[in-house]
Amino acid sequence: MDFQSCVKINREWDIVGARQIGREHAKKIGFGTVDQARIATAISELARNIYLYADTGKICFEIINEIDRKGLWILAVDNGPGIADISQVMEDGFSTSGGLGAGLPGVKRLMDQFDIISETGKGTEIRTVKWVRK
Amino acid sequence: MAKILHVSDKHVTIYIKIRGKMQHGGKRMDKHLNSIVINNSDTIVKDWLVEVSKNRHNDYTSAISEDLFESTNREFVNVIFSSLEKQGITSELDDFSEKLINLGWPLSYLTDGLQAFRRVTINFILSQSEKVDSDHLSKVLDMVDNWVDPIINQLVNEYSGSWEHIVSLQRVALQELSAPLIPVMENITIMPLIGTIDTERAKLIMENLLEGVIKHNADVVLIDITGVPVVDTMVAHHIIQAAEAVRLIGSTCILVGIRPEIAQTIVNLGIDLGKFPTKSSLRKGFQAALEMTNRKIVHEKGSDEGIESLLDSLNGE
Repeated sequence: MDFQSCVKINREWDIVGARQIGREHAKKIGFGTVDQARIATAISELARNIYLYADTGKICFEIINEIDRKGLWILAVDNGPGIADISQVMEDGFSTSGGLGAGLPGVKRLMDQFDIISETGKGTEIRTVKWVRK
Repeated sequence: MAKILHVSDKHVTIYIKIRGKMQHGGKRMDKHLNSIVINNSDTIVKDWLVEVSKNRHNDYTSAISEDLFESTNREFVNVIFSSLEKQGITSELDDFSEKLINLGWPLSYLTDGLQAFRRVTINFILSQSEKVDSDHLSKVLDMVDNWVDPIINQLVNEYSGSWEHIVSLQRVALQELSAPLIPVMENITIMPLIGTIDTERAKLIMENLLEGVIKHNADVVLIDITGVPVVDTMVAHHIIQAAEAVRLIGSTCILVGIRPEIAQTIVNLGIDLGKFPTKSSLRKGFQAALEMTNRKIVHEKGSDEGIESLLDSLNGE
């Protein structure tokens, strides 16, 4: 699938850039302020994970326009070390960097759909969708 | 190697360094080409103006008025020629680039202009030459490159230098704004946070907070996050750590300015902020801080007589 816009994550400030673009998309589609904040926070978590663990990667956005529903698709891709045990990182309170360990499980709760594919040594891809509530 | 090259009665003698390539190029040949260009400057300038005006309407300069564009082009070409005559970087070039930087002209105007100048000049010289063999061609290319490249380099350096300068100034300005601490009352201080919090800023917040608590002898510190757009786990983590550190030195931290949407994302993320008090607004936080320090806001009886009669009438009901 072709993504409309992608933001490269190389430095800490790129997280802010990704967040801003995501928020703009969310506003355009018609998300309310609470959902906009949820989306911005989710992007922030995903982008920070890329910056912290994989050094570089990208966040892509795609607006989903179906007959009966609209939504925002967010894709986070990196070529980092990958995640050895996915069930472990999806547990609340697990962190290798001394953080709160709420990042990925938090994103899952903030968004409506959440898929994670990761291979050790190859990288991680997270696909997540938020639907506009009617 | 320094040498006096071109001394005209109008111009002050200048010393310039001859670049390595030109030393091998044969000075007579260079001089010859040089004079071709200078003697035919009118034709070259005319060709160049045509070339530059071509991309006028489809790019960055389309918003600039016709007059300004023309006069800048004239000035630009004069600057190029004066640096050709003197075979080096001139003070005119410095002044010109400084002026354009201040006016906010894009760098691409200058580089495109010089690229066009290179094309026009090479074409002109070749059209004037009787025989064109590869040796001659490479000499001409070398020669023109030696004129144009130093100018391009100089301009790019000036522009990037000015950008770097601006960025470093803004970084300093940002740092000054990043973690202010305001002692509003005896034992109560407020730290208003506005904008994105990154790791560097989080460190500053922690340092300023602890330093300020000791310095102002504060019992209660209010951290106001009304202006923080996104509170993710990293920001929350830093706030929790700062509050914990404040607790260790014997003071209390109250987190204020939590907007409804931020409250919801914090709950979704599963962040536990239960270890210290939180309030929705700075006003409520301040009231709580007063209570903690055994004070309260007392409304003095105003000169309004109406209030008293109103209270009386309420009591009567």
